[in-house]
Amino acid sequence: MSTRTSTAAHDKLKFVGRLRRALSPTGNAGDAIFRGLMFCAALLVLIVVGGMIIALALKSLPSIRQFGFSFLWSREWNPVKSEFGALPFIYGTVVSSLLALLISVPLSLGIAIFLVEQAPHYIARPITFLVELLAAIPSVVYGLWGIFVLAPFLRVHVEPPLAHWFGWAPLFQGPITGIGMLTGGIILAIMVTPIISSVVRDVLAAVPNSQREAALALGATKWETTRVVLINGAPGIAGAVMLGLGRALGETMAVTMVIGNRAEISASLFAPSYTIASAIANEFTEATQDLYLSALVELGLILFLVTFVVNGLARVLVWNVTRKSGAAA
Amino acid sequence: MVPLNSAPRIFLGIALTVLLTLAVACSPGSTGTQSGGNISLQGAGATFPNPLYQKWVSEYGKLNQNIKIDYQSIGSGGGIKQIQSQTVDFGASDAPMTDDDLKAAPGALIHIPTVLGAVVLTYNLQGISQPLRFSSDVVADIFLGKIAKWNDPRIKTDNPGVNLPATDITVVHRADSSGTSFVFTDYLSKISPEWKTKVGVDKAPKWPVGQGGKGNEGVTGQVKNQPNTIGYVELAYAKPNNLPVALIKNASDKFVEPTIDTVVAAAAGSAATTPEDLRVSITNATGANAYPISSYTYILIYKEQRDATKGKAVVDFLWWGIHDGEKFARDLLYAPLPADIVKRAEARLNSITAAGKPLR
Repeated sequence: MSTRTSTAAHDKLKFVGRLRRALSPTGNAGDAIFRGLMFCAALLVLIVVGGMIIALALKSLPSIRQFGFSFLWSREWNPVKSEFGALPFIYGTVVSSLLALLISVPLSLGIAIFLVEQAPHYIARPITFLVELLAAIPSVVYGLWGIFVLAPFLRVHVEPPLAHWFGWAPLFQGPITGIGMLTGGIILAIMVTPIISSVVRDVLAAVPNSQREAALALGATKWETTRVVLINGAPGIAGAVMLGLGRALGETMAVTMVIGNRAEISASLFAPSYTIASAIANEFTEATQDLYLSALVELGLILFLVTFVVNGLARVLVWNVTRKSGAAA
Repeated sequence: MVPLNSAPRIFLGIALTVLLTLAVACSPGSTGTQSGGNISLQGAGATFPNPLYQKWVSEYGKLNQNIKIDYQSIGSGGGIKQIQSQTVDFGASDAPMTDDDLKAAPGALIHIPTVLGAVVLTYNLQGISQPLRFSSDVVADIFLGKIAKWNDPRIKTDNPGVNLPATDITVVHRADSSGTSFVFTDYLSKISPEWKTKVGVDKAPKWPVGQGGKGNEGVTGQVKNQPNTIGYVELAYAKPNNLPVALIKNASDKFVEPTIDTVVAAAAGSAATTPEDLRVSITNATGANAYPISSYTYILIYKEQRDATKGKAVVDFLWWGIHDGEKFARDLLYAPLPADIVKRAEARLNSITAAGKPLR
């Protein structure tokens, strides 16, 4: 530090060094603060999650005491008689989300593969932008669009042909109204597609080009190359799907506008259904009796647990896939 | 300098972070204490009368610059909860509080009716121009699912000469719990014993048939966009949206169109039987011109006020509301209180005290 040169570069270096020392006189405090901040940030997540579970569990105690496990499989939800069961809501939540994934995953994969593997830049850019724009639309707007555009469209142009050709299956029987599980699933699919496709796009783009080159060098076709890329990106793709599923499970506003909000389990996709998130949003504000409130909180707890279970299953899935592809490679 | 080992360094970091947070949090500027002669009042509750209450607050604020009133429309249930826990100076609810609700409050509560509203039946039937008419038992049986087709003989009897289609009726009800549903189910319970035992009265009952729409706008959307539907919404919502509205046969066997005047008639018709505490359901009211699905909306206030200054301010505000404030009702599509109910509300306001002394 004692040698002196008069070059500008050296002066600059010296200045930076001085600045650094001024900011953290001990040479360590800056690092310590940074570490502390980051540690607090990480800790905060744990505190929030833990706090939520504890609060939900405590508040749902009256309902848990009253109904026990039967809450999980009772189909009766009747605030007048103070009878509460969660099964129709669990069913509605899980089925509408799975329906959404069923439609959205192939679509999202298609979008992502096209954008990364096939589309020239001048097409890929605007499409990427539009897809991400879809993710920015507020869900209440989706809901209104669902009621005024999607539901009538499905009622007139989609559900009658489905009933005509596949009416032998219980899935497509019953009165056609345009409001129900099918519409709920489709609106969810539209909402999660931008999330899944943009994450998958990033995942595919992150697959090293050497993989593609290697495949092509071995004489692979475009499709075979894409398969190699997909296998490489499998864990990331699974993660993207989980992200989409998380959104679908918790979505409230848009679904409640089109799903019909009826706490019943019906085999038909045309029939109205109900999701946990919608039920809480619809009934929480006006619930005054303690047991009613507690049952709603327990619904929230269940939604939390369902999300946990689904995420857990996804981890196992990802782990399995990566282990297999690792063994194959 | 000898580097600290990592654990103390983390604690040092945490300590610094906490200090920093505290410094930010404790900085002045965000505290909201009242000063001088200004009085700030908090109210919360029903969403249905919110447009009127906001109008009242702004008009009253012009007359009394030192009084700031904040009304938050968080729903009737929320209004009841907040007044029970004394976090607001007044609550608001569409349905009167139940005896259990009243017992759960730490003091005696007074109900002050402010305006009236009504629930109307709206429908979507192609090719029908004149308004449909329904007897009360037909309304109940449609919502019970017992009348399932539009060309049911009983609907035909009410609507001679109307060419009703042979299609299924799709019932649309409110999905979110709401005072509108409460008033409607209260009406149905009065006119149909079967409804009373099977379904009952609630803000979110278990509907025997149909699909749920979220809010007035959700029900309207589902009715407008699906042929052969029937649903119910607030009068104040149906009018500006030009929805087709049904006439309903009242207790005096007359088909009555829902208008502000027929709603006032329902209140006037039941004034004689309205109890002292003004907690009353006026559905299925008598009177030739009474619209049968009408109801009051209430402001809730403690009979014994803890703070005389604030208590007087609330009482004065409400006094102004049920007198001068009523003239804003019609423009906002609410029915104003009939004169004898205003008189009785005055008596209730006069009974409010602080430290045992009347505030008016």
